Amino acid sequence: MVAQNVIFGIIAAAMALAAIRVVTTSNIVHAALYLVVVLGGVAALYILLAAEFTAVVQVLVYIGAIVVLFLFGIMLTRAPIGPTTNLDNDQRGIALVVSVFLLGLLGAILVDAYGKTKLGEDIAVQRTAEVGTSIFQDYVIPFEIISILLLAALIGAVVIARRD
Amino acid sequence: MYLNQFLFLAAFLFCVGVYGVLARKNGVLVLMSVELILNAVNVNLVAFGAFHNTVVGQVFALFVIAIAAAEVGVGLAIVLLIYRNKHSIDLSEVDIMKG
Amino acid sequence: MLENAWIIPALPVTSFFLILFFGKRLPGKGHELGIAAVGIAFILSCVCVSQWVAKPADYHPPAAHEASATTGEASAAPEGGEEEGIRQPVVHEVTWFETGDTTVKVGTHMDGLAVMLVFTVTLISLLVHIFSTNYMHGDRRYTHFFAALSLFTAGMLIMVTSSTTLLLLVGWEMMGLCSFMLIGHWWEEQKNSDAALKAFFTTRTGDIGLLVGLSILFVAAGNTFEISTINSKALSGDIAHGVVLAAAAALLCAVIGKSAQFPLHTWLPDAMAGPTPVSALIHAATMVVAGVYLVARLYGVFWSGFSIANGTVNPLAAVGGITIIIAALLAFVQSDIKKVLAYSTVSQLGYMVMALGVGAWTAGIFHLFTHAMFKGLLFLGAGSVSHAVHSFDMKKDMGGLKKHMPVTFWTFVIGSLALAGIPPLAGFWSKDEILVGASENGYKFFLIVGLVGAFMTACYMTRCVYLTFFGEYRGHGHPHESPIAITAPLVVLGVMAVVAGWVNFPAHAAEWFGKWTENEVFAVAGVQSHKFAPGLAFAGFLMGVGGIAAGWAYYARNWGPHRLTERSKPALRGYVFLENKYYLDYIETDLVVGSIKGPIARGAYWINQQILDAVVNGAATVSRAVARFTYDYIDQKGVDGIVNGAGVGAEEGGSVLRVLQTGRVQQYAAFLFGGVVLLGGALILFA
Repeated sequence: MVAQNVIFGIIAAAMALAAIRVVTTSNIVHAALYLVVVLGGVAALYILLAAEFTAVVQVLVYIGAIVVLFLFGIMLTRAPIGPTTNLDNDQRGIALVVSVFLLGLLGAILVDAYGKTKLGEDIAVQRTAEVGTSIFQDYVIPFEIISILLLAALIGAVVIARRD
Repeated sequence: MYLNQFLFLAAFLFCVGVYGVLARKNGVLVLMSVELILNAVNVNLVAFGAFHNTVVGQVFALFVIAIAAAEVGVGLAIVLLIYRNKHSIDLSEVDIMKG
Repeated sequence: MLENAWIIPALPVTSFFLILFFGKRLPGKGHELGIAAVGIAFILSCVCVSQWVAKPADYHPPAAHEASATTGEASAAPEGGEEEGIRQPVVHEVTWFETGDTTVKVGTHMDGLAVMLVFTVTLISLLVHIFSTNYMHGDRRYTHFFAALSLFTAGMLIMVTSSTTLLLLVGWEMMGLCSFMLIGHWWEEQKNSDAALKAFFTTRTGDIGLLVGLSILFVAAGNTFEISTINSKALSGDIAHGVVLAAAAALLCAVIGKSAQFPLHTWLPDAMAGPTPVSALIHAATMVVAGVYLVARLYGVFWSGFSIANGTVNPLAAVGGITIIIAALLAFVQSDIKKVLAYSTVSQLGYMVMALGVGAWTAGIFHLFTHAMFKGLLFLGAGSVSHAVHSFDMKKDMGGLKKHMPVTFWTFVIGSLALAGIPPLAGFWSKDEILVGASENGYKFFLIVGLVGAFMTACYMTRCVYLTFFGEYRGHGHPHESPIAITAPLVVLGVMAVVAGWVNFPAHAAEWFGKWTENEVFAVAGVQSHKFAPGLAFAGFLMGVGGIAAGWAYYARNWGPHRLTERSKPALRGYVFLENKYYLDYIETDLVVGSIKGPIARGAYWINQQILDAVVNGAATVSRAVARFTYDYIDQKGVDGIVNGAGVGAEEGGSVLRVLQTGRVQQYAAFLFGGVVLLGGALILFA
């Protein structure tokens, strides 16, 4: 539908710009804020794709927790507030080349594979209950492992960063 | 809507994230670029899940989010440690493994 | 005893070692061991003789292509007793060693010829041993003399009893060595050691022919040393005629050397420098006949090789004939009694060789037998004379000894008459058989030679006897008869000189010697034996008597053209020619040896130093240059360069690649993603 395409276009443009600004800005805090834009755009895409639960979780976890974490990290590492001279290292050129070629590669593959594939007219909304059921019935083991992983990460972060 | 537009967008985010990982000096910025990459993957997953009319894409995306959170936590802890030892988090100065 | 005939040579070998180790401690200084060993050997040889004579003569060897009418037919079954066969030889062999498919055996081959020679050698050796106990008494090397005599006897016995040419060669060489040792017994005087060396080298020159001939025969007869095999193969035509001729010619060289034939006879007169018993044993009766024995033993080879049956002049007869005449001529101009006897020996050896050359095999062997007796007697007689007057010079120190030494005189006369060929003494019978053989087999020329030789023999022996025993004593000592140890052997040999000829008395029933020594070669090759010819016998007798008469007239009565050399130049030159022994010594020593020693040796040395050494040195120089080049360029720069280069390359490569290891993680990540891009691209493009 036209409306969905237009919305998608706007969101995509915003995200693309913001992403580029994340990796090119010379202000760290600005980079974090641009990241917020990207993450919000991702959430909007989820809504577009009728994955509402995931969109909410995205906002909550990513923007709510992870970006805050980033900001704390910036603060604790005494990152210079305001524009600094250079946040890029010497291999900008190589990195650019590599990422461009990677983009080209992926683009070629995608065109080749999914050139004409269309999503359905009306994407069926997956109800949250179905997501929950799927997690706790079909994928309960990965769920449990993820909880252990989070525990390990928690303990690990504490151990690594504590002052002794 | 074409499936490809979501996939292209995801690819674009991925490549930007790769550029960021390779080109940024500050450790925190590198971690941010890693978040970009992970989000690109998530978009891919959910797009395919919507395409196939299955809930698995979302489930997998949720798992990735959880893992990303854990990873950022540990990653920042490491960056803090580097800062504590060297008083800077310029990654190009971390070259103890230089051969 | 015939089967165990190896004991006979083993006895003197044992006594040689025993005398060397224990001789000096014994009361007789070793002569007891020597006499005991040879004595027992002589007794055993008599046993052999009696056993051989008693053997029945019923063996008919398988005949060959040259069977003739008079002797054995080609039959395996004897025909009713008409034609007598021969006595089969007794062969007793053991295997010495085997290599590949050749088996080399050693052993004894006793037939009439071997038995006869064993008897002769042990008899003469025993008598010489007894003679030497008195003659060599008080000598500076008495014990070694007897040891050498034993070894020599052993060598000769080994040679005559051997069944293989290899063992024959061993005995031959042993005799050559002992001859050298014994001639040079008083080597402190230069003359004696020179004579010993001359004897050894001259016979050695002939021995080259022996080795060549035996090698040819070994190969031609199918890799075997067996004498009987060689003989039968040579006669049956299994060996090509050219090969047999070559072997016979080579063996003829050995005969010329060892048996002192022209032109290698020069060593025998010089060998008289040794003690007289040595001359009697070795150079009259035994060693010099080794060559004659070789021809007689391998007669099949010579018969086929030189085609003796054809009646044409062959080298064997020619050499013998020449030797008879030139040696007899030389005997006339000697003043040393031993030298007269030496030339006489050379001449008689010529008779034996000529006899074998004209096909009178039995005659030649018979003459060997009788000659041993009377020549040994003559030499021992000369020894007795010198023992009395302490000199060998007839003209200066002898004369008129007839009164002082009767036993020596009479035995010497018997020996001379036997040598001259006066019946009924031994020499007459054997010499006559030679003449008969020469004429009957068609060698008329050699018959003339034999008759002339007989005349000359009688003549010079008469001169010798006259100068020694007749006239007035010209010396300065007090000659007396020699003791019994010397005269007893003289008497024994005197008796043998008389009776030895009767062994082959020419009546059909009594031609014992001929029958006893007939062997397979005879039967197969058809060697003829002939009847007594009264005409020729009388001619020989006349020659002998005529020679004695002429000699007596010229020397005793001084008739005839004396002092010819003073009046006539040609006669003087002829006399000088004879006195210088036909200048053969000069030719051999100065021309042949001198040129080899001088210019040829210098030339060879020059070639060696300049050319051969240049090649070797050049090779060495080239090798050194190559080595230096290899070291400097190939090893140091090339190989080491590669090795060092590998090291340097690794280091530099490492230094270059080290740049990649910056330690910065982001750079590693860049490579990672870059690699992914490349591989992904490759995957898309090519898959």
